[in-house]
Amino acid sequence: MSKSADKETVVFKARKLTKVYDMGEVKVHALRGVDLELYSGELIVLLGPSGSGKSTLLNIIGGLDTATSGNVTYQEQDITMASDEELTNYRRFHVGFVFQFYNLIPSLTALENVAVVTEIAENPMNPAEALRLVGLGDRLDHFPAQLSGGEQQRVAIARAVAKNPEVLLCDEPTGALDFATGIIVLEVLERINRELGTATVLITHNADIAEMADRVIYLSDGLISRVRINGHKKSPRELRW
Amino acid sequence: MKTINRKILRNLWGMKGQVIAIALVIASGVATFIMSISTMQSLKLTQATFYKDYCFAEVFASLKRAPESLRLRIQKIPGIDRIETRVFAAVNIDIPGFPDPATGHIISIPDSGEALLNRLYLRQGRLPEPSREDEVVIGEPFAEAHDFKPGDKIGAVINSRRKSLTIVGIALSPEHIYQMPPGAVFPDFERYGVMWMGRAPLGTAYDLDDAFNNITLTTSPGANINDIIDRLDKLLKPYGGLGAYGRRDQLSHRYLSEEFRQLEQMATIFPVIFLGVATFLLSVVIGRLINLQREEVAVLKAFGYRKLDIGLHFVKLVLSIVLAGVILGIAGGFWLGKWMGTIYMEFYRFPFLKYELHPYVAVIAALVSAMAAILGTMHSLRKAALLPPAQAMRPEPPATYRETLPERLGLKRLLSQPTRMIVRHIGRRPVQSLLSVSGIAFACAIMMVGSFQGDAIDYMVDVQFGLSQREDLTVTFVEPTSRKALYNLKSIEGIEHGEVFRTVPVRLRSGHRSYRTAIQGLESGGDLQRLLNAELKTVALPPSGIALTDHLGDMLGVRAGDMLTVEVLEGSRPVFNVLVAALVSQYIGVSAYMDMSALNRLMREGNAISGVYLAADSQYLQEIFKKLKGIPHIAGTEIREKAIKKFYETMGETILIFTFINTFLAGIIAFGVVYNNARIALSERSRELASLRVLGFTRAEISYILLGELGILTLAAVPLGFLIGRGMCDYIAENLKTDLFRVPLILEANTYAFAATVVLVAACVSGLIVRRRLDHLDLIGVLKTKE
Repeated sequence: MSKSADKETVVFKARKLTKVYDMGEVKVHALRGVDLELYSGELIVLLGPSGSGKSTLLNIIGGLDTATSGNVTYQEQDITMASDEELTNYRRFHVGFVFQFYNLIPSLTALENVAVVTEIAENPMNPAEALRLVGLGDRLDHFPAQLSGGEQQRVAIARAVAKNPEVLLCDEPTGALDFATGIIVLEVLERINRELGTATVLITHNADIAEMADRVIYLSDGLISRVRINGHKKSPRELRW
Repeated sequence: MKTINRKILRNLWGMKGQVIAIALVIASGVATFIMSISTMQSLKLTQATFYKDYCFAEVFASLKRAPESLRLRIQKIPGIDRIETRVFAAVNIDIPGFPDPATGHIISIPDSGEALLNRLYLRQGRLPEPSREDEVVIGEPFAEAHDFKPGDKIGAVINSRRKSLTIVGIALSPEHIYQMPPGAVFPDFERYGVMWMGRAPLGTAYDLDDAFNNITLTTSPGANINDIIDRLDKLLKPYGGLGAYGRRDQLSHRYLSEEFRQLEQMATIFPVIFLGVATFLLSVVIGRLINLQREEVAVLKAFGYRKLDIGLHFVKLVLSIVLAGVILGIAGGFWLGKWMGTIYMEFYRFPFLKYELHPYVAVIAALVSAMAAILGTMHSLRKAALLPPAQAMRPEPPATYRETLPERLGLKRLLSQPTRMIVRHIGRRPVQSLLSVSGIAFACAIMMVGSFQGDAIDYMVDVQFGLSQREDLTVTFVEPTSRKALYNLKSIEGIEHGEVFRTVPVRLRSGHRSYRTAIQGLESGGDLQRLLNAELKTVALPPSGIALTDHLGDMLGVRAGDMLTVEVLEGSRPVFNVLVAALVSQYIGVSAYMDMSALNRLMREGNAISGVYLAADSQYLQEIFKKLKGIPHIAGTEIREKAIKKFYETMGETILIFTFINTFLAGIIAFGVVYNNARIALSERSRELASLRVLGFTRAEISYILLGELGILTLAAVPLGFLIGRGMCDYIAENLKTDLFRVPLILEANTYAFAATVVLVAACVSGLIVRRRLDHLDLIGVLKTKE
């Protein structure tokens, strides 16, 4: 909990963020002006129904997508107008992603799926160590097809944290998992946030998961409707849905 | 190894069937390229080495008789390096135990021993003793045909005197790499031989003591050959010169040059087709692979891999396939090249073959293949590199299908749902479908090129010997003689009919163009030698004027009605102008024809004849040969049937080999295209097909949807292949047109049938392989995974 208490350092700051998808005939307003801060070591849950703009917001702060207007700063650097190469470097050295469908590379083993990222990072962990961190020390040479959904998602988490990122962005990490497996995955995320102090943003449409966050941000129709600070964070084991 | 590179290896392994198919197509292209270029270069190198080491002359001339002292005057022509005067004569050869008449040439070797020019490469034995009039060295092909060894004896009629000769050596000469009787179209090693004898005894035999009737020379660097030929002609004219000529007109050299030109063509056409098809296959397969790996690419990008990293990743993948193909192709091409080399050695008599594959040829093959592959996949590689990660994370939207033209034209209600799926799938990617069709069509076309030469040669022989040259035997006299000779021959039992002819060596000239040939004076109303028009109908010999082979007309730039200058190359060498009365059609050789009495009049020589065409009863042939051998002034007898048979034997072998290679390569292309199409269709549609299986479709029904499309593409490709094949054959025929022969564009029905069969069999085999995979479709698995 070393850094999570330190709420002074702002990792991200988003101001008046909008995103419009031009679908030809219609324009879809995914974000309509979002203001948001993420503090160092904090665990945020972005909660909202599908189509509320959660993934769009995550993609923009993760440097996967760019905003239509407004601006995003990462550690006081404006990344709104960053070039493709700057965004690539940003993702390469600072951000870790966990996706709903794991997105492992099927032709690579668990260890290799992590190594493919650590090989291009600046100060990475040992890939095997990262897998031990998520409890997969005995599954290093298994291919994705030989792993269960939960195991695959844990490999994905190991891959995301192995580069020692400042931020971990998780898009519905338990969305494709059953309850018990989902809890295991959330425990891993919680432990990494606690032990490594990695600021974590977790997207979900499951209100129960929000109980494990420092802060819960409710999104609906492209706008932040409410922010709730959890007085008492529940551990994933205490969650029920 | 970097993890990302390990991914390449695993991807390659995962689609190994397709990788092998593409690599094989690339290998075929590289192999044909390497084979043709290396064979050509090796033959050229061998030729150049043989020419140089054995001093092949550059200018050649024959004459009636000149004193040796003329040599000093010739030596003064500027630009001449070395001169050798020779005695060169036609002989009739009598081989013990071989009834057919055989002819040959006998050439003198200087008494000093080693010749200055056109030296012999002694394979066995030794050179003849200068003084011995009964010792000869004979050419290797003739020796091999009769299994002669040094010490064996043969008979020869030398200047009308029968002699027994002892073979003391077997040799090869740069002057006779391609050994052909003069005027013949095909080599006949059994009935034509070249031999060499000491200058003194040969000179005595031909009354050429201290005189010569043949001269060869080399020039110093930078000399003007045409100028030397003109001056030499002037000097030789009073001595019955028959016109000097350079290497360009030397028979053996010319045949070699033509063969090399043919190889050069093969070295361009075939590799271009193979690499074109391989490029197309790569572009389709890699395009599909990149589509399948959209999400992997997106993840790599999300984790910070750069555009360049992603681009290079797939470039490496493409180049790995190319590399496999190139290595296989170089090895295969090297092996084929060596094999072709040994086959060519049978035709051309080189003492050795210097087979070598220049590394740069292999490097060019590799670079061209790699460049073609990268260009072909550029579009997909760019797409992968520029793929926006956030968008790529989402699965590709469903493909847009439309009703196709046949459906909109009202055929829709005639088509079942599965058939509509097939039609719409083809219609969705018209360009790719068209390219697939073209790829298969090229396989079909290559097959046709292989068989076409066989058809064309059959046809050439049918026309030449069935319609035009219909005699059974041609008897040529040593010197022009009187018509009486015909009656002597006709009295031989078994001779049914005879027609005389007069051959006059000439140079035909029109403006600045000229051509050395002979005018054939034929009897008007003759039946054994007939002239054909473009429709291959017999045309009458024009009573005055000259008839030219159409190709000769083209070469000289004259048409019927134009005037042509004729320079006679024998006797008093008159020069006269004649009217080109007609152009006649002929596939083998080029000739000029005149009415014999008109030719005799122009030559001011009365009724002189050079020889007789004979029709004979085949039962009496042996008797006839025996009688002919006894007639002293006969220079040679050519037997038509044997010439044709021999020709088929030699051509048959090479054609069979080429057909085999072509069939094999075309099969690879057809298989490569169909198999890749099938595999891609399978990977794109396995989910859809599994869904149909779940809904109750049988295996046969879903196979129909997948394989029906391939069936339609293959069937559409066959007629297109016929068209392309015809075009390619036409192109090849057009480019192989020489004065030696013109290959007509003849394609028999069985050639079409064979080409179509190979393509259909290859398609069926690849269809069956994919069908096996369809049978094992994992219904539950396919439905569970997310799209």
